[in-house]
Amino acid sequence: MTRTYRKPVAIVSWASFETPEEPARNEVEMLLPIIEEAKQKIGIEQSDIGFTVSGSSDYLQGYPFAFVGALDAVGAWPPIMESHLEMDGAFALAEAVEVLQHEGIDTALVYAFARPSRGELDRILALQLDPYVVAPLWPDARSLAGLQAQAMRDSGRFGEVPDVPPSVVADGAVAVILATGDRARELTDRPAWIRGIDHRIETPALGTRDLTQSPSTRAAAEHIGAVGAGADVAFVHAPYPHQALVVREALQLNGTRVDAGTGPTMVGGLQRLVLAAQAIAGGEAKRAIAHATSGHCLQQNLVALLEGEAA
Amino acid sequence: MSEPVTITETPIKLNYSYTPGTAAARFLTSIEQGRIVGERCPKCHKVYVPPRGACSMCGVATMEGVELDGKGTLTTYAVTQIPSPGLDAPYVSAWIKLDGADITSMFLVKEVEPADVRLGMRVEPVWIDKADFTKNLANIAYYRPTGEPDASYDDYKDYV
Repeated sequence: MTRTYRKPVAIVSWASFETPEEPARNEVEMLLPIIEEAKQKIGIEQSDIGFTVSGSSDYLQGYPFAFVGALDAVGAWPPIMESHLEMDGAFALAEAVEVLQHEGIDTALVYAFARPSRGELDRILALQLDPYVVAPLWPDARSLAGLQAQAMRDSGRFGEVPDVPPSVVADGAVAVILATGDRARELTDRPAWIRGIDHRIETPALGTRDLTQSPSTRAAAEHIGAVGAGADVAFVHAPYPHQALVVREALQLNGTRVDAGTGPTMVGGLQRLVLAAQAIAGGEAKRAIAHATSGHCLQQNLVALLEGEAA
Repeated sequence: MSEPVTITETPIKLNYSYTPGTAAARFLTSIEQGRIVGERCPKCHKVYVPPRGACSMCGVATMEGVELDGKGTLTTYAVTQIPSPGLDAPYVSAWIKLDGADITSMFLVKEVEPADVRLGMRVEPVWIDKADFTKNLANIAYYRPTGEPDASYDDYKDYV
C-alpha cells in the first residue's frame, strides 16, 4: 500500500552551479548565488524557510565539519532549523519531505555541493567502506564499479555491458526549494508534487550482495507505488553507465523513457530530482520518476514519483 | 589461545589542493603586501577579517574591501603552560578584535608577561621581515601591547 502524505510536498524552485568557469570559488561561494537564485525565483527570503538541509561529504573538502562552514551561504541568523547528511543531496530532500509533515513548517531549502576536483575522488570514496577490513585496502571507486560490471557480464542478463569509464570528477552545487499544499500553489503556477519518496540501504559488505540486482531500488519503488505507475520518464542516477541497466531493471519500467546521468558526486542524485521537476513544470511529463544513489555499487537508493497538478 | 585484538591501526592519508575561495584569496593577496583588508557585509555592514566570502549572519556575499591598521583590543585569552612546536611555555594566545572589524581573530601575544595580559588590553601586530612575506597570515608573527590605555568594557563586551 502506498503512503498518503498528510501534507503534500512539491518542488517549487531550483538553481544549479557548475564551476569550470570559476574554479577559484570555494563551496560557500558556489552556493551563495544559487541559493539566492532559487529564493528569488519564487520571491521568498531566508526567514520564510522553515527547514534547511544539505547533502555533501566532508572528506571531499578534507576537514571535519566542513558542512557547517557551508551554512555561511544560508544566513543562519537568527538561528535556523538545520540538518546535514553525508550523502547525496537527494537523501537530504527525502528528510525535508518528512520534516515538512510537521505543523508550522511549509517551506524547506535543500542543497548539495561538492568540489571533488581538489582531492583524490577514487580514494576518498573508499572511506565509505568498512573502516577495519576493507577501507585500509583502498579499493578505488572505479575498480569496485568494475567488479559490478563484470558480475553483470557473467550473469548474461544484460546483453552488452558498457566498460567502466574513469570516475566523473565534476564540481557542482544544486539548491532546491520545497513547499507544502497551498503554500506551494502560492509560490508557483506549476508545482512538481512529490507523490512518494522512499530510500533503502543494502549491506556495506560487497561480497554478500548480488551486485547485478538492486533490491533496495525495487523496494523503494514498490513502496511508493512507482512500479506500474505509467511514468512518462525516469531520471536514473548512474555514477557509472552500467549501473543504469541495474536500476532500470529494478524499477520495472515498461514504456517509460529513461534518462540516465551521473553529475557531480553528492550532487548528481539531487540533480535527477530537479530534472524530474523541470520535466513536470515544463509540461514534458505528467508523471516522472527520479532515482538517486549513494555509496559503492548502488548501495543506497532513493526513488521518488513526481506529478503535475491534477487537471 | 591467541591474544585478543584490542586495537587495530588503519592509517589514512589523502592529498588535497586547497581552494581558499575568491574572498580569502583577496585577503591573502593583501597580506602578502603587508596590508589587512577585511570585507563588509552589504546588508548588516559588519566587517569580517579574514573574509570568508559571505556574511554568515545574512547569507550574502561580501565584496567591499575595508582596510584596517591592524591595531586591536584583546577580548579573551589563554596562557598555555606546555610547550608546542616552535613555542616555549608559557605562551599566550588571544582573541583580538581588530579596530574596525566585527569579529575577533586569534593571534599569539608576546613582549608581555602572561600575568600582565588582561581583557581590554590594546595591541598591535608585529610583522615578520617584509622580504619574507608570502600569501599567509603567518606574515604577522604575533601581537604586542601598544601601551595605550585599556579599552572600556563597553567597547568589547559583545566579544568576550
